[in-house]
Amino acid sequence: MALDEYKPQSGDAELENKELKYVGTTPDRPDGLDKVTGKARFGADLSLPGMLFGAIVRSPHAHARIVKIDASKAEALDGVKAVVTRADFATGLEGEYGFVLENVMAGEKALYDGHAVAAVAATSALIARDAAKLVEVEYEVLPHVTDVDKAMAEGAPVINAAYADASVPEGMHPNVVRHHESGHGDVEAGFAEADLIVEDTYVTEAAHQGYIEPNACVAQMGSDGKGELWVCTQGHWYVQKHCAALLGMETAQLRVTASEIGGGFGGKTTVFQEPVALALSRKASRPVKLALQRSEVLRATGPTASASMDIKIGMKKDGTITAAEGTFRLQGGAFPGAPMEFSAMCAFACYDLANVRQVGWDVVSNRPKQAAYRAPGAPMAAFAVESVIDTACNKLGLDPLEVRLKNAAHDGTKASWGPRYDQIGMVATLEAAKAHPHYSAPLEPGQGRGVASGFWFNHGGETSVSLSLSEDGTCQVSVGTPDIGGSRASMALMAAEVLGIPYENIRVTIADTATLGYNDVSHGSRVTYASGLATIKAARAAVEKLCQRAAAKWGIEEDAVKWEDGCAVPSGANAGDFDPLPLAEITATMGSTGGPISGHFEATPEGAGVSFGTHIVDAEVDQETGATKIVRYTVVQDAGKAIHPAYVEGQYQGGAAQGIGWALNEEYVYGEDGRLQNTVFLDYRIPVASDLPMIDAVIVEVPNPGHPYGVRGVGETGIVPPLAAIANAVSNAAGVRLKSLPMNPPKILEALEDQAGDA
Amino acid sequence: MKYLTPASFAEAASLARDASGVTRFLAGGTDVLVQMRADIVTPDTLIDIKHIDGVRDIIRGADGGWTIGVATPGAEMKEHAELGAEWPGVVEGMDLIGSTQVQGRATLTGNLCNASPAADSVPAMVAAGVEVTVSGPDGSRRVKAEDIPVAPGRTSLSKGELISAVHIPPRGDNGGDAYLRFIPRTEMDIAVVGCGVNLRLDGDVITEARVSLGAVAPTVLLVQACADTIIGSTLDEAALDRLAEAASAACNPITDKRGTVKFRTHVAGVLAQRTAKIAYGRAKGETK
Repeated sequence: MALDEYKPQSGDAELENKELKYVGTTPDRPDGLDKVTGKARFGADLSLPGMLFGAIVRSPHAHARIVKIDASKAEALDGVKAVVTRADFATGLEGEYGFVLENVMAGEKALYDGHAVAAVAATSALIARDAAKLVEVEYEVLPHVTDVDKAMAEGAPVINAAYADASVPEGMHPNVVRHHESGHGDVEAGFAEADLIVEDTYVTEAAHQGYIEPNACVAQMGSDGKGELWVCTQGHWYVQKHCAALLGMETAQLRVTASEIGGGFGGKTTVFQEPVALALSRKASRPVKLALQRSEVLRATGPTASASMDIKIGMKKDGTITAAEGTFRLQGGAFPGAPMEFSAMCAFACYDLANVRQVGWDVVSNRPKQAAYRAPGAPMAAFAVESVIDTACNKLGLDPLEVRLKNAAHDGTKASWGPRYDQIGMVATLEAAKAHPHYSAPLEPGQGRGVASGFWFNHGGETSVSLSLSEDGTCQVSVGTPDIGGSRASMALMAAEVLGIPYENIRVTIADTATLGYNDVSHGSRVTYASGLATIKAARAAVEKLCQRAAAKWGIEEDAVKWEDGCAVPSGANAGDFDPLPLAEITATMGSTGGPISGHFEATPEGAGVSFGTHIVDAEVDQETGATKIVRYTVVQDAGKAIHPAYVEGQYQGGAAQGIGWALNEEYVYGEDGRLQNTVFLDYRIPVASDLPMIDAVIVEVPNPGHPYGVRGVGETGIVPPLAAIANAVSNAAGVRLKSLPMNPPKILEALEDQAGDA
Repeated sequence: MKYLTPASFAEAASLARDASGVTRFLAGGTDVLVQMRADIVTPDTLIDIKHIDGVRDIIRGADGGWTIGVATPGAEMKEHAELGAEWPGVVEGMDLIGSTQVQGRATLTGNLCNASPAADSVPAMVAAGVEVTVSGPDGSRRVKAEDIPVAPGRTSLSKGELISAVHIPPRGDNGGDAYLRFIPRTEMDIAVVGCGVNLRLDGDVITEARVSLGAVAPTVLLVQACADTIIGSTLDEAALDRLAEAASAACNPITDKRGTVKFRTHVAGVLAQRTAKIAYGRAKGETK
């Protein structure tokens, strides 16, 4: 996600003050029946005549020079139609395109265990698998490093000496590739005013997005140079642009269609196997399906970054934070791009601080290239900061919600990351958490309670929406943002609201790249905000035309017609002159009254409202085994305005569920050899249903002035507080502070034992 | 790959004896098929034993014991009220494996022959004193469950041999068994430590005991030292302390992605205590 320049909205810039009929209701999801009956088509569900199956050859080494690739035996196998290596892709790519290509297909070096080095296409998936084993790759194995702190240390193997940009001060290890610094006030003076200073180091492991559908696509390149790609993605225009660049094509010659998506969470905002499938198809002159195995997903698609963080907070006896300082070292795999600036900027964003300073370091290592994962960078920062605040509260005997309220950012606060906030909901979420019965419920022996708050920017992004009316008065909406969280329902609700026709009369489709203007990826919690805004404006454009037709029919001025409850109505001097004219009556004759009626809207909206949340967690720790059970969980978050409240609750619950996994058991386990040890879901432990309590979701609505109905994105903020809230609950239950994620049973037992040793 | 469906164990044994390359027997297939799909093993010969008469049966023997067919899935065992009432530990150990779907296929025999040190049903079988019939080209023999696995992924069966039945001894009076495992999640996971306990009481005093440990050594262990700590006791605090100590002392684990040596060693003691308490409660008839 590109960081928007935050544009605080003045007053209620866009807010509509009217009673809403459809927005805020929870009709059935339009994709529900297809998904429960198996009719929905995902990435691997398309088959084409003559289609081949692809398989990728991957490096077994964490760091190795590729000396030679000999594919002759693979090519000789019956059924093999193409083998590709880096030589089959474009050359001379720079910047992000260059990094993406290097990640998609290694050039001179394999940079992590699982890095693609070649690929084959054959007439069956089994033949492709066997052929991949016949590709002989000669490696010169190099020393490797997979830990963020070790990668920065003197003597660490250099991943790429040319990575570091101008922000990195001289004298740093070449694996330190970017640097960020921000803040305001005088932190030293602030610390001098404090009654208590808490300073500590926190670490997190990488976590995968854990989407259930492995990355998959079907590619078809024609001999005329035109291509088609069917793919499971969060953003097909991104895929189009990157695949075209990596294959040396013109963008418009590649048409990309997004399939249904079985989860993304940020992980499907880039490309992995898509350019490879296209290259194989181009070489074989046949369609190629390339679907990754789970082990490939874990080894070679992007998890979130891992982090090592130093936090220092000064607090007065009454809970006032006098100064805050944080250093965030993020490891994002073998390429620059770990979201350390987001960690730094989000770390203290919940609070109104006079003195704050934050520093970020982007560090490379021999791991897969990190990809976005819900609010990239923010959850780990919140884990460190909110743990330190909890420690300070415990030491001073203060209530953790009262301390957060005392320091909370409010309307007009100068944010830790620069701008002044407009209308925000931080205080409202804290008040709602305090009032929730969960916060005052008694705890059983062995249980502990934790709270934590979190912040995310939210995003606007390039957006195009097209809407057309049918003769029978129904409506089709084409959007370009793949539906990863219920956006088809939300778009239909917003269009229904503007047009005044029932939700069921509107069908929303995710258009392909050839049939709609450019759209940024479904990320940054932007879809309900930005595609929603564009849908509203496209619908308003159609309404304007509907009113014109009515005016012409009645022979009155256009501005004497207003739109009410799905009908054109004469107003002003003409009020009552004619009966209301329903939408369907206007569209029935639209062919002979001026032509088809449609509306469209294209923009890069800049009023995405920032978002805050506060979570309450009760955890129970088995002191003999270190096992943790989450017994109660409440999410409180500002949605601005919930368009479809059930989907909003789902986003809140999903953030908490993924946070529970990341906090307790998910981790990338690398062996001494630099190879990933846990490459299947059996050992990469995402939570199963029985690990989770029912997660209570409380929707707070502090309207975003930048959206007609007040929408703030809700997809990401929900994963910011959980790591910290769970760590605080577990630490309070165990009676010892946990500073390293995941807080798995061995780690908790170790901490309990260390503490017993101290006593 | 050859796929064969013999009608008898004798035929299965001779097919296996005569096969060359990699041979696998297919019962429920919850290990074999997964290994094939994951490209870990590609057998040259796959011998499906589900077509042999009686392989899905659960039969009460004349002595009051049970014979379980080699293709009897966990779900059938769980639904068998009498078996569950007599050997709840064995049934629970089997039931902990995999999902509901897996339970429709997975078998005790397959779990034993997969020879994973972390197999959930094996410590329970070992504690229960289960024996199996091994059929081969030259006839059959009875083998104790603990003598089947010899190393991770390896069994004592020789070429041409296969298990043709599982025998659970008669429960008898005043006995109880239990199995517990430790996993970081609540289900769908592999044991980090497993423990089976089977005991018999005379009044409140333990007169017989078998204690087994899983996932703490290359094979499932039958630990006589653990049994000795509780035989003659009423499972009082002192006996439980000695039991935990003996269980930890018996461990010879590795550190891997699922747990550390230190953690496994400690939790083996904790689990031994907890499992023994359940078995004791069952033997007394106080709990099910």
